[in-house]
Amino acid sequence: MSLPLTGGAGPSRTPSPRLTRLRRRLTPYTFVAPTLVGLALFLVYPLVSAVYFSFTRFNLIQAPEWVGLDNWRFLFEDDNVVRAAKNTLWLVLVMVPARMLGALLTALLLNQVKRARGVYRTLFYLPALAPPVAATLAFVLLLKPGTGPVNTALSALGVDDPPLWFNDPAWAKPSLVVLAMWGIGDLMMIFIAALLDVPAELHEAASLDGAGSWQRFRYVTLPSISPVLAFAAITGIIGTLQYFTQAAVAASVASGQVTGGGGISDTFGYPEGSTFTYPLWLYVVGFRYHVLGYANVLAVVLFVVSMTATVLLLRRFKEFTR
Amino acid sequence: MFTTHKSRLLLATLAAGLLATAACTPGEQAAPLASPGVEASGEVELWHFFTDREADAIAEIVKDFEAKHPKVKVTVKGGQDDTKMLQAIGAGQGPDVGLSYSTDIVGKFCSSGAWTDLTPYLQRDGIDLKRYPEVIRSYTEFRGKRCAMPFLADVYGLYYNKAIFAEAGVAGPPKTLAELTELAKKLTVRKPDGTIERAGFLPSFGFYENSPSHLAPMVGASWLNTDGTSAIGSDPKWQELVRWQKDLVDWYGYDKLEKFRAGLGDEWSADNAFHKGKVAMNIDGEWRMAFLRDQAKDVRFGVAPLPVADPARYGGGYVTGNVIGVSRTAKNNEAAWALVRFLTTETAAIVKLSNGIRNVPSTTDALTSKDLVVDPEFQVFLDIFAHPATVTTPPSAVGAAYQEELSGFLQSYQSGTVTDLAGGLKKVDQQIDNLVKLAG
Repeated sequence: MSLPLTGGAGPSRTPSPRLTRLRRRLTPYTFVAPTLVGLALFLVYPLVSAVYFSFTRFNLIQAPEWVGLDNWRFLFEDDNVVRAAKNTLWLVLVMVPARMLGALLTALLLNQVKRARGVYRTLFYLPALAPPVAATLAFVLLLKPGTGPVNTALSALGVDDPPLWFNDPAWAKPSLVVLAMWGIGDLMMIFIAALLDVPAELHEAASLDGAGSWQRFRYVTLPSISPVLAFAAITGIIGTLQYFTQAAVAASVASGQVTGGGGISDTFGYPEGSTFTYPLWLYVVGFRYHVLGYANVLAVVLFVVSMTATVLLLRRFKEFTR
Repeated sequence: MFTTHKSRLLLATLAAGLLATAACTPGEQAAPLASPGVEASGEVELWHFFTDREADAIAEIVKDFEAKHPKVKVTVKGGQDDTKMLQAIGAGQGPDVGLSYSTDIVGKFCSSGAWTDLTPYLQRDGIDLKRYPEVIRSYTEFRGKRCAMPFLADVYGLYYNKAIFAEAGVAGPPKTLAELTELAKKLTVRKPDGTIERAGFLPSFGFYENSPSHLAPMVGASWLNTDGTSAIGSDPKWQELVRWQKDLVDWYGYDKLEKFRAGLGDEWSADNAFHKGKVAMNIDGEWRMAFLRDQAKDVRFGVAPLPVADPARYGGGYVTGNVIGVSRTAKNNEAAWALVRFLTTETAAIVKLSNGIRNVPSTTDALTSKDLVVDPEFQVFLDIFAHPATVTTPPSAVGAAYQEELSGFLQSYQSGTVTDLAGGLKKVDQQIDNLVKLAG
């Protein structure tokens, strides 16, 4: 009887190549599993649900009833959605660039400051910490026609007919932009960080080549911070498409019915629907009229618009930095 | 189609999502009914929307209930709202008993079954609904389901400043729309440049309580057809009301009126325009008396029924109220019903609540109770409440959508942005009908 030259008793401990391959393939998935589970639960599931509910009659209480395209058809007959979308588009086109421009200019100026830079940065950042409801309340009261300090000061300066701000359909949205500009601190801090990351030697090289300050800004600073600009634009657009709190509070306070109890949505859009944004209509349809099937249509459309804007913007910024 | 591995994975994910969605949506549930005479016991949770002084009145009356029903313990949670209540009921976590500030929710809460149909309890306990005026009965049921009981009622009338009336030599409040217009002009004070210093009556839709629902009784305009669709565009009375209102707005000048309005204080603050004498007449609810006596003690005011187009309708007004119901997710239906029954049918409890909150009691017995604190102004509201021409807003499957859609249009019309009244009202009809259709 001959003995084996190598190895001990029993089967070999070396796993099969197939098992090894499977293990290798699964290992990265186990690392990302918590994120995948989170995405599935909090992104994919709500998204799929929203699409499903958009084809149903649903009120949170009874089981959803399939109604086909009824909810989607109403989207094209709904006057309120047109008005709300126009207001929201106006805010996206004006508020987002205004905030970015304001924050960038402030960041550029603060980068030039030599003394007490930290104090100035803190001062400009502080408004961003104010809760949106409190900040909006304060702004409406500051801009209140007749008794507000801003119009009192304007009258003292000889302005005969100062604006009615939040009480005038023509001024209500610009007033919201003023409010948004006051809170640019968050964006300003991001821009300051991005500006500090621009390599100084690039500026030096450009200067040696005879570039002026505008040319250095256009051809050195802007391309260097363009990823941050893209981030600011995308998050700004997404945030403004969901603009709700400030519009609701400003309308409620300016209408003179700030604590009106039950009929809160009575005041949405005041004055004359000028502050009636898309998310406000979505809320009213869903949680005041309880037509949740149609509210889900509005939610799905909002998602598609946000996603499209994000993709388009990313492409534009890629072209810009080429 | 769906042949690649990725496509199949996507399809499987979508299918799983749909299944999970369908599985997570609530189903129907029926509550058992106890035999007559069974004493309620156990714990009950009550959600209401009141705060401060009014919440104290609720706490007090709940103590009375517990004294009468020692086997029932009530947990009270104040400061709640309808949206939160509906979401909680949908999630199976709702209160046993819910108290809502608005009759607007009755349609949805009844049709969806968020609140239980109380008819079996009412029949078992032999409760005669004739104790409530017809108008109250109409706003607590929807499509034959009585899922709500009236808690207390709110009645709207015309407040007028007696000092301003005396100063102008005006004998009494206006009874017709023509008289209201005449007085509004007479009592208005302007600066030399035309700027308004005091408005006799501020007619703008959207100002304080000037909603279409509160003004509709002036002409007797109707809201909904029997099938739940909008009657606004087809009822000529709406056009009559709006034309009267627009004429008065134009007399002031819309821009001047808006400028004046923008400088007025908040409705719910001590700076309310009527408190400050900035408007001589104003439409408001009976609760305004408590605010005036608390925040503007110097203001001498009177109250009267709403002026009307047809003098035969004079004396009526708009009535609405708080409603209370038992959630479909109630854990203790019998105790919940005992609490609702106590709060809505026991004369002593209703009178005590009315005296505490200063709302109008909802039953005929309570209205004539000797314990009800009545002063001459409050008596006016009691008379409006009992008047046959008094109306309410009908329950709808889309809540207040029909009122808010009209209100939005009227605000554009009064400014002059929209000029086609009849066409605009038809469009309001279409929007409401579409929403009603979607709500089912």
